[in-house]
Amino acid sequence: MSDFDAGVRLVYLAAAVCFVVGLHLMGSPTSARRGNLLSAAGMAAAVLATFAVVAHEGTITNTGTIVLVLALLVGGAAGLVTARRVQMTAMPQLVSLFNAVGGGAAALVALDDFLRLSDGPGVPTRTGVATALDVGIGALTFAGSLVATGKLQGVVTGRPVVFPGARALNAALLLVAVAAGVVVVADDNVPLLLLLLAVGLVLGVTLVLPIGGADMPVVISLLNACTGTVVAMAGFVLENPVLIIAGALVGASGAILTVLMAQAMNRPIRNIVLGGFGGGGSVEVVAS
Amino acid sequence: MSEQLLSDVTVFVLAVLVGFEVIGKVPSTLHTPLMSGTNAIHGVVLVGAVLIASTADDALSYVLAFVAVAFAAMNVTGGYVVTDRMLGMFRRRRDPVPVKEQRP
Repeated sequence: MSDFDAGVRLVYLAAAVCFVVGLHLMGSPTSARRGNLLSAAGMAAAVLATFAVVAHEGTITNTGTIVLVLALLVGGAAGLVTARRVQMTAMPQLVSLFNAVGGGAAALVALDDFLRLSDGPGVPTRTGVATALDVGIGALTFAGSLVATGKLQGVVTGRPVVFPGARALNAALLLVAVAAGVVVVADDNVPLLLLLLAVGLVLGVTLVLPIGGADMPVVISLLNACTGTVVAMAGFVLENPVLIIAGALVGASGAILTVLMAQAMNRPIRNIVLGGFGGGGSVEVVAS
Repeated sequence: MSEQLLSDVTVFVLAVLVGFEVIGKVPSTLHTPLMSGTNAIHGVVLVGAVLIASTADDALSYVLAFVAVAFAAMNVTGGYVVTDRMLGMFRRRRDPVPVKEQRP
């Protein structure tokens, strides 16, 4: 390992420390804002170190550079403007939207890596497993979070949407997803990975639609934890430690937070996730 | 199992344990900001998206890289800004209001 690589790994470690300490500080009202700033500083360090890696390796094409800069500007501006402009009461659906794009990005990262590997040297089993999990759950969180956003925004009805055979349909879809995932791992099969992506998207919709609008904050927290796990899987695909650490951290703390939120609302998680019980779209509850 | 995979799994498991422990007792008013804050942290997928963009060399991979980087960048910037706004609102509301002491 060269000095440069070691330096980058140390910056990633520092970023991971900032995330952990920042998250800890965010658990108390007096230090919460400082915690968020510390976590943001860690993020900035990790991203800058990655830019240094890209410049150092020099494999990026000219078109690639333009694509990268344009995407950073477009995405950064979109996030900044929406976050600044949004009404205070509309914040939960915005968080859900950011969660959706995060999950989508992680799924696309794994998909792109898989396409490249299956085109050339072949996909090792460990990468295949991480890719299948990443793409399947990533697509699910993407679609599910968008539906949650729609419910809170009033684009999708806040009432639980239940139709006959929904449970059976979900179970069948899940089976298809698992089967496709197994073949993807065993056989480097690109069409089946795309099928897995599609099934994940459909499952995201059919799993969140039956849940009432009042339960959305808990669902968003759960999907947030899922995205964390997905990002950790993307870390396994790319063999990148900072993705693994931050993803696992968010996955686990998000799961705990989901339990805490459900307890605070006096609703057993099982009832929420199975859906069909929650009341109408009383979005106001959310703003607390 | 390669050495790389073994060390990745080790890091993953330890990070999960840290994640379980790092937030303990949280007042319910902090639930939404904390959700938003963790949401911003998983925007670290931007690192992965940038690495993907650095190896892209055909039309499809450029498109995938563009969407992935734009999505992740939105997650990061938006996530941190909106969390900061929430916490700012929170602090202002919690500022101690000067109360005139009324003693007989």
